[in-house]
Amino acid sequence: MASLPPKHPVQQGTADAAGGADAHHHPPKGLLRWVLTTNHKEIGTLYLLFSLLMFLIGGVFALVIRAELFQPGLQLVQPEFFNQMTTMHGLIMVFGAVMPAFVGLANWMVPLQIGAPDMALPRLNNFSFWLLPVAFTLLLSTLFMPGGAPNFGWTFYAPLSTTYAPPSTTFFILSLHIAGISSILGAINIIATILNLRAPGMRMMDMTLFVWTWLITAFLLIAVMPVLAGVVTMMLMDINFGTSFFNAGGGGDPVMFQHLFWFFGHPEVYIMILPAFGIVSVIIPTFARKPLFGYASMVYATASIAILSFMVWAHHMFVVGLPLVAELFFMYSTMLIAVPTGVKVFNWVATLFRGSISYEPAMLFAIAFVILFTIGGFSGLMLAISPADFQYHDTYFVVAHFHYVLVPGAIFSIMAAVYYWLPKWTGHYPHLRLSQWHFWLSVIGVNLTFFPMHFSGLAGMPRRIPDYSLQFADFNMVSSIGAFMFGLSQLLFVVIVFMCARGGEKAPAKTWDGAVDLEWTVPSPAPLHTFETPPQYRPAEADH
Amino acid sequence: MATPNPDTQRNVNRTVIKTLVVLAGMFAFAFALVPLYDVFCQVTGLNGKTSAKAQSLVSGDVDSSRTVTMQFITRSSAGLPWRLETQTRQVRVHPGQSTEVHFSFTNLGKEVDVARAVPSVTPSEAALHLRKLACFCFQNQRLRPGEKMEAPLVFQLDKQLPEDIRTVTLVYTLYPQEMEVSSSG
Ligand code: HEM
Ligand SMILES: [Cu+2]
Repeated sequence: MASLPPKHPVQQGTADAAGGADAHHHPPKGLLRWVLTTNHKEIGTLYLLFSLLMFLIGGVFALVIRAELFQPGLQLVQPEFFNQMTTMHGLIMVFGAVMPAFVGLANWMVPLQIGAPDMALPRLNNFSFWLLPVAFTLLLSTLFMPGGAPNFGWTFYAPLSTTYAPPSTTFFILSLHIAGISSILGAINIIATILNLRAPGMRMMDMTLFVWTWLITAFLLIAVMPVLAGVVTMMLMDINFGTSFFNAGGGGDPVMFQHLFWFFGHPEVYIMILPAFGIVSVIIPTFARKPLFGYASMVYATASIAILSFMVWAHHMFVVGLPLVAELFFMYSTMLIAVPTGVKVFNWVATLFRGSISYEPAMLFAIAFVILFTIGGFSGLMLAISPADFQYHDTYFVVAHFHYVLVPGAIFSIMAAVYYWLPKWTGHYPHLRLSQWHFWLSVIGVNLTFFPMHFSGLAGMPRRIPDYSLQFADFNMVSSIGAFMFGLSQLLFVVIVFMCARGGEKAPAKTWDGAVDLEWTVPSPAPLHTFETPPQYRPAEADH
Repeated sequence: MATPNPDTQRNVNRTVIKTLVVLAGMFAFAFALVPLYDVFCQVTGLNGKTSAKAQSLVSGDVDSSRTVTMQFITRSSAGLPWRLETQTRQVRVHPGQSTEVHFSFTNLGKEVDVARAVPSVTPSEAALHLRKLACFCFQNQRLRPGEKMEAPLVFQLDKQLPEDIRTVTLVYTLYPQEMEVSSSG
């Protein structure tokens, strides 16, 4: 991490977009500059690099899983270690890769898109970033502890995670607390920024969808991260202080763990997808050269998804023995969420319709997002049918579902965002040929990996098990080959990003000719300080 | 930030305070969910838990037009060298009728131990209608190594048991309990 890309080396004096670049005290040099920075762009970069590192580590864990599953039988790892790998893979990807990447993008782009000079609470911003390396060093260190790392799955169901947990669980709880505090502080900062620092003249309904979706996501974070904190605190007390929140022997109830966890967990999955919706809603109009179809309906759809997400949690628990009315309620409420989600997909397609489309790498990823996320949505609908879920639950079908919404969903949107905004960050276009290679290898790899899982799942292959019966061998071999293809092609992504930081075709302020939002009015690379005097926002400008 | 406008700064502070209040509220809410969950389950019986205290017999006629199969399953939890058994795997009863079933506890380990049998009823809708007049599950059991103990369960299914329930399964799981220090010997 020492060789960070040369951030548009301190250009304050020369390229100030908005004038008024009065004497900034010089930032400290070298590493300390990154430790102490309160600049939203530098912190954004830190978040993104951290998330990239976690993405690679979590990816290695996934490849350990796929290598073991390449053939039936036990070849490479012990079942105990396999369990640690599935658990750590999930935790690292959710809390270490996807969430920090979105926070990083928010740090960089929210102030630029609303015309603010920085985040509302810059020092808090620095703190919330630096909590993350602490949390994840702690989490990763559990791999080397006696008894091994957490092995109970990323959903850490009690009593597996309490009565039968390895001793390292206390560290896992601590690291989740720290990561949770980081997300909460980040969310507070984003809300405060969006509500108070918009450029004069910019109303709420003038904000880009990226800003809108992040505002709603931040509210979700504020609402559910404390519940997660509460659940892990109860676990901590059950483990260390002899309480019985989840211990049936002492009058507690393990099923209650699942209710509490999913009350957090389902909104959490929307935390990982709403910003993706925002990114795609910004990129598609740019490269279709048409304003977004149904802007207002997009905002309302996002808000209704967020509200509904609190009423569907038990669709993860159809088989715990819910009474019939609850099965029906959660089945219909889950299906109801597909309606606003469908509105979004419809609007993206309508935006593309008769647009003059060009296929820059960002657009390739955005279009792949629309198609492949929708496949994940459909398998979600199948899972929502409660009687059918009795067959699908805890099989690879569920794995296929959530990887379709998370990898070609959330992750592709992050890739799209990086390709879209890299020129603004570095001043250079990313290498076109390599980006296209990265895209095609990724799409093919992702589908090879996850599409066969639908079939192995429907045929009954259980998830989180290191061995399987012979009938699943072919599907698993294809999945494993796809996974290595996808994983290795991400190294190409790393190369592209670092090449782009060092040089390449120069990008103008307005990098893409169809781009209209405020960030394209500042130079590329964006100077360290922008919008010191707020720009006057004129809505007409944004609507062509 | 170069020029923090005092007005903006005040608004920011106000937003932060509001979000902090929501935050604290949600954290408290998470813990409040625990008693709420318990109350909800007690009222509805949805988690299959039966009453923790002895209930009185509801007298009145036995509804001999219906017969319900009452099944018993016993198990010990990992790490506790005890056995819980019953001779009666299942009985056929009429709603309203009271029945006695015997269970036996054996400590197969080498130490004095305390354990409790925790009941769970399936289907959970039946939990509210299973009345226990006497049960070993109301208190902890304490056994010396090799000791064996017989304990009765007296129960009644009340007549409000929904018509569609033909079989009720009662599971007892033995859980180790903390030993009270004072009574060691
Ligand atoms: C149309 C929208 C969706 C529907 C109807 C839906 C429905 C479901 C259902 C019913 C399950 C439970 C399956 C089971 O365990 O048996 C599930 C699991 C899951 N879904 Fe979705 N889902 C949707 C969208 C999403 C999105 C957008 C995400 C995240 C970005 C997501 C992430 C997940 C995850 C992570 C799990 C598995 C959790 C686990 O057990 O590890 N879903 N979904
Ligand atoms: Cu869900």
